[in-house]
Amino acid sequence: MHRYRFILYRPIQLLPVLIGISIIIFVLVRSIPGDPVRALLGARGTPESILRIRAQFGLDEPLWTQYFYFIENLFKGEMGRSILYKIDVLELIGTRIEPTLVLVGGSVLLALLIAVPLAAIAAKYRGRPVDHIIRLMSTAGLGFPAFWLAIMLILLFSIQLDLFPVAGYGKTFGEKLHHMILPWLTVALALSAVLTRNLRASILAELHSDQATAARARGLPESVVFWRHVMPNSLVPTVNLLAINIGWLISGTVVIESVFAIPGMGQLLIRGIFTRDYMVVQGVAMTFACATVFVNFMADVLTVTIDPRVKL
Amino acid sequence: MSPPVLSVRDLSVIAKTDQGPQTLVDRVSFELNRGEILGLVGESGSGKSMTCRAIIGLLPSSRISISGGSVILRGKSDLTHLEESDMRKVRGGDIGMIFQNPSSHLDPVMSIGGQITESIRYHHQVNRAEARNRAIEILHQVGISDPAQRIDDYPHEFSGGMRQRAMIAVALACNPEILIADEPTTALDVTVQAQILRLLMDLREKRELSIILITHDLGVVAQVCDTVAVMYGGRICERGPKREIILDAHHPYTTGLIDCQPSGGSHRGLVKTIAGQPPSQGSMPTGCAFHPRCAHATKECAQTEPAAVDYQPNHMLACHHPIGEINEGGRA
Repeated sequence: MHRYRFILYRPIQLLPVLIGISIIIFVLVRSIPGDPVRALLGARGTPESILRIRAQFGLDEPLWTQYFYFIENLFKGEMGRSILYKIDVLELIGTRIEPTLVLVGGSVLLALLIAVPLAAIAAKYRGRPVDHIIRLMSTAGLGFPAFWLAIMLILLFSIQLDLFPVAGYGKTFGEKLHHMILPWLTVALALSAVLTRNLRASILAELHSDQATAARARGLPESVVFWRHVMPNSLVPTVNLLAINIGWLISGTVVIESVFAIPGMGQLLIRGIFTRDYMVVQGVAMTFACATVFVNFMADVLTVTIDPRVKL
Repeated sequence: MSPPVLSVRDLSVIAKTDQGPQTLVDRVSFELNRGEILGLVGESGSGKSMTCRAIIGLLPSSRISISGGSVILRGKSDLTHLEESDMRKVRGGDIGMIFQNPSSHLDPVMSIGGQITESIRYHHQVNRAEARNRAIEILHQVGISDPAQRIDDYPHEFSGGMRQRAMIAVALACNPEILIADEPTTALDVTVQAQILRLLMDLREKRELSIILITHDLGVVAQVCDTVAVMYGGRICERGPKREIILDAHHPYTTGLIDCQPSGGSHRGLVKTIAGQPPSQGSMPTGCAFHPRCAHATKECAQTEPAAVDYQPNHMLACHHPIGEINEGGRA
């Protein structure tokens, strides 16, 4: 069990990382040109009302005091109040987090469902036509930008074939599922392309490895050799690649949520930036950062579970 | 006398290449009796590993195939004509195999016990607890101390010699009668090497295990083997009881190999070598494959291939100009 000991001390190691991230986020947010109160009041703002609202949100304090409040709030589990929505940022995130989680989770699951069988087939039939087709597809999948793919999918499946809604999220479980299929497909096509290429190469190497030969020499059928010896050894590098990609994907939801008008964290972030809603931008960015850190932590746990040689 | 456990007759293996078919193993014949240790000796590329791969039907590429001959197990089934599903029962069940490098031939992400019980449960329908008990017993037999504790360890937690013991345990999990050991001690320290050889001899005695020991080390042969077959260029050039091969070899290649052994101080100076390079695939010499490197070669050697002759009941030789006196027990 000592290989899991890192679970105890990793959070302590991550604390300085998160503090560093909070500083970067805080400084970047405040470097956006413009002013939240002016953006909120627009032409209506009088010098008095602007000053009053600035004081109300603590924006008249020195920067380091504002940062201190930000950190103090974080430790108390709060993220301040949104200037635009006038409610707690945490509450705001609570209402927006589900679509984003569903989008990321569903996409990753779908990508794995596509990538694992395709990589296995391509590796098994190496050099045959099916292998060439899969490799061509994954190269193509890498080349398409997500927003372009999203628009093409909408054009084909929503407008031409009228199978799925153009945009939105829906209320019931069935509606949500119906709305999410195209966004999932958009993300999963690109993600599965990366995973397929990587996993195919690992499987090929493991299929011809000494340990696979030894397993065959024990009289194990090819299916057992493949699923119990080749696959676990091939998955280790792919798990880490997946973690990196999920990190990228979490911020990538900004684009996908915009194209499909999904009311998630990405949209909240964009709107926060346009209205200079410092607290919201800080809160969402901090959540994204924590999520990325968490995903990588989980990838480490998974890696240690699969490969006992890994020491963390 | 009971039939040999394994009887290999004129086994040939060819590889399809862009330059046409090439012979990797050429009409190899030998017999392996119960409890016998046969040494298969030769330089790299002489076809000794390929012969064993052909016996268990695990040739490394789909372009390599058996082109003739037979491999008879216990005087009954011919392994070269078995269905794949029956062949799988032979692998691990009748013939176990161990390899040169235990680190790469054990699955690094499965525990030692997992790899042993997996084979047991596949070959014999037994429950988990029973398989585990058998695994502990076999680990004990190969000399792993505290097997009940070590069974859940992973290969990387074992030392080099322990790993080789573990690989032997995995190969012997289903009580095969034959063990093919492909250079099992080459990657080990000399002291550990001796322990592993000792273990193989113990197992031979306790289980009446028959062993084919692939090696290029005549020192190993001298220590453990009963019979020796010397391979060169895909053929067996001389085969006989160890004593005769070591002390009274007749093939110039065999004597050359023996002269190359660095013997403890009897003749000081440089280690002897056999001049020239072993033949590579695609440039196999005509006639006797060894003739370009042979001091005794004549025109005949370059033209006609020497026939494999049993000049004594157990001593086979394929040479036009054998070295030394041959006590002809009737040249067959």
